[in-house]
Amino acid sequence: MEYTLKELMTICAAREINNGDIVFCGTGISMLAAMAAKNINAPDSVIFFETGAIDSKLAHIPLAVADPRIMYHTSANGGLMDAFCTMQNPFVGQRVVGILGAAQIDIYGNLNSTVIGDYNAPDVRFSGSGGACDVASFVSRSIIFMKMEKRKFKKKLDYLTSPGYLDGPDGRKKAGLPPGGPDKVITDMGVMGFDPDTKQMILLGWFPGITPEQILDNMEFEIQTDRAVEIAVPTQTELTLLREKCDPHGLIL
Amino acid sequence: MKTDENKVMRLKEAVEKYVTNGCHLSIGGFTLNRNPMAAVHEIIRQRKKNLHVYAHSNGQGVDELIGGGCVSHLEIAYGGTGKFMPTCIRFRKAVEAQTLMVEDYSNFQMTLRFMAGAMGVPFLPTRSSLGTDIINKWGFSENFRKENPRIPDEKLVVMDNPFDGWCDTEKVVLVPAINPDVTIIHVQTADVRGNCRMEGLTFADVEQAKASRVLIVTCEDLVDEEYLKTDPDRNQIPFIHATAVVKVPFGAYPTACFRYYDYDPVYMNAYVRAAHDDKEFEQFLNDMVYPHQTHADLLDHVGRHRLESIRADRSCGYAKDLDRK
Repeated sequence: MEYTLKELMTICAAREINNGDIVFCGTGISMLAAMAAKNINAPDSVIFFETGAIDSKLAHIPLAVADPRIMYHTSANGGLMDAFCTMQNPFVGQRVVGILGAAQIDIYGNLNSTVIGDYNAPDVRFSGSGGACDVASFVSRSIIFMKMEKRKFKKKLDYLTSPGYLDGPDGRKKAGLPPGGPDKVITDMGVMGFDPDTKQMILLGWFPGITPEQILDNMEFEIQTDRAVEIAVPTQTELTLLREKCDPHGLIL
Repeated sequence: MKTDENKVMRLKEAVEKYVTNGCHLSIGGFTLNRNPMAAVHEIIRQRKKNLHVYAHSNGQGVDELIGGGCVSHLEIAYGGTGKFMPTCIRFRKAVEAQTLMVEDYSNFQMTLRFMAGAMGVPFLPTRSSLGTDIINKWGFSENFRKENPRIPDEKLVVMDNPFDGWCDTEKVVLVPAINPDVTIIHVQTADVRGNCRMEGLTFADVEQAKASRVLIVTCEDLVDEEYLKTDPDRNQIPFIHATAVVKVPFGAYPTACFRYYDYDPVYMNAYVRAAHDDKEFEQFLNDMVYPHQTHADLLDHVGRHRLESIRADRSCGYAKDLDRK
């Protein structure tokens, strides 16, 4: 069955979500990945928004985390205070999985979604943290969507908006952050993880038709590729559920 | 304060009286939902200047205020409206041109800052942003902070946990309280004294409202005081915080208002197209904002057909069949 790159990326992220996870999602592909997991492989995952909605039915696809579509048929409609306290909560916070995106990422999975260039005289200004820094600070693991480009996989970020492992295995502890950190990076060429000892990014898999060399060519820093394998293409079931149940009007795909 | 005071005003008067040039303003809502857009447009129409704006993720409202030339300083977590505008365009242009001074926080930090203001404490702690540039890099200079008595000398303060590792925590970040001069929120229902009922998510509207010296409430339905008191469990803000109440049907338009109407994709897309170019944006303001005396006039200009297309279905709270491309 034919599939698009966006569909493959969405399904790769969905496969990382397990039953019991509380999935924090942003807009666009990250929201779609959470919906896909719920419909395909993790029916007992819970979708959760920083705006304060939890366990939304999502009968129609939301286009923003404040879309009225997230407010329909929820377990509770609260506000930002509820949502962020849930993530910082010592009991349920550890079950939250964050799905994030950014303009730049470094080898330790730190993210920049604020500026390109000097913060006080930026070449390009982006939206800023929103809840991303909060999620990256609090939750046990996060999944990050990135486009493979040299200017995005940076040796040094122009601005560190959301913490990954900061500067290495003890980075978060030294800074005073709770444990946790980035788990997977889903790109348009393959999927990365993080070495359990060094906390540096490693290649886990490449998409069919792509080589590890091509991936390295699109990064400013080097990563280990010896543990990587080719990623399984989406199954017919996965694609059908994604297209028909999650985004029937093609608003995101 | 008289407990039976009728606070109903016209929007023009409320903005004239309370939103003064250079004042510290916060607006409610989130990205494309329940922004007090009628009030935002009135502020632009009255050509208010040098506003110091506090926002967490108030996309459309903040971007129009910036585009209208009303804002000189902005403390913010996120400028965007999701799919329509991943980064607010007039915000981005103003920051890149350095005509707008910005200080970045996270959404939780901004929420806690309003909460601290509402509680009457100088700061609240969190563990968010430790080790990041949100702490290390300042948009407002040290000098600017020292010379401005309305903002604290420090952006954020990292502190060792004074309870000696209690709750497995070594360090916390202290976020400073905000007490705006004026907060403006748009709610579904208010009464003439200023009791408020919101439906759907409340975002940080309650904290923003209670942190503020002046609270202007715009509402879809204005009811007499008995109505909200017969079902008080559903009310979030008691009248003691409110200063002015204004009835403005479709007052959040073009952003959404749960159970009343959806966002308007036609407006949002036209806005995005215009916002990329200074001349086209000026034209957009000349069409959509300046010529209309009131929000009702703006709605007349938009036309009944489009308002009907975004009207919420009773069953779900939004417009199920809306074309959102």
